[in-house]
Amino acid sequence: MNIKIDKQQKNGETLVQIAGEIDAYTAPKLKEELLPLAEGKNISLTVCLKDVSYMDSTGLGVFIGLFKQLKQNDGELKLINLSDRLVRLFQITGINNIIHISAQ
Amino acid sequence: MKQLMDYIEMKIPAKPEYVGVIRLTLSGITSRMGYTYEEIEDMKIAISEACTNVVRHAYQDDEEGEMVIGFGVYQDKLEMMVTDYGRSFNFAEKKQELGSYNASTTLDQIVEGGLGLYLIETLMDEVQVINQNGVTVFMVKYLSGERETHATIVSELEENEGRN
Repeated sequence: MNIKIDKQQKNGETLVQIAGEIDAYTAPKLKEELLPLAEGKNISLTVCLKDVSYMDSTGLGVFIGLFKQLKQNDGELKLINLSDRLVRLFQITGINNIIHISAQ
Repeated sequence: MKQLMDYIEMKIPAKPEYVGVIRLTLSGITSRMGYTYEEIEDMKIAISEACTNVVRHAYQDDEEGEMVIGFGVYQDKLEMMVTDYGRSFNFAEKKQELGSYNASTTLDQIVEGGLGLYLIETLMDEVQVINQNGVTVFMVKYLSGERETHATIVSELEENEGRN
């Protein structure tokens, strides 16, 4: 079980694609890769979760941390291509009211 | 009262890299029992959250601990237990101890990882946490159609859902 994180810069926006499972093992690695991307003013970060086959509160924690850091510096976070399962996870925790998510 | 059909127990190191192994095992057991895809995915989150709590505590205390995961397979439900002390437990004995606790108060006893415990409570039909010689999280999921005798639990769940 592992995670693959792919980063691309395009027209001042950063797109991150994540593939694999986000859990207690992979979340610290994800956090380490994502947080440096949120340093700086007015950063627009989009994270594609299309190939995330599993995620739990450890992943939610990473995205909440990332969101807070971006927001502090007037940046924005978008999570895109969420599977039904991931949408459900954001909905039952109410985090979809805080972080912008969109389904597949 | 339906009898316990099978009991499966795993003892593994309290390390994050093994949480995925527990999910794989749970997938195997629950597909064999006939749970739906959605139910299996919900249970995978619940058991991972319970394991993550154990791993987190073991790391905080700098212990090289183990965790024990028990699966009680019934005709109509699956009982899962995750405990953070490194010895096997007596399944029947542990269940006896559950009586004096109730889900709403005991979950507050573990403050950190609140989101994880909230998910466990929301995704499972019954949840209890025992704080005795370590922490044990006890969870039950009924097979579809077996839930009508557990009206109180269901109404609690609906209340949770209504909040969002």
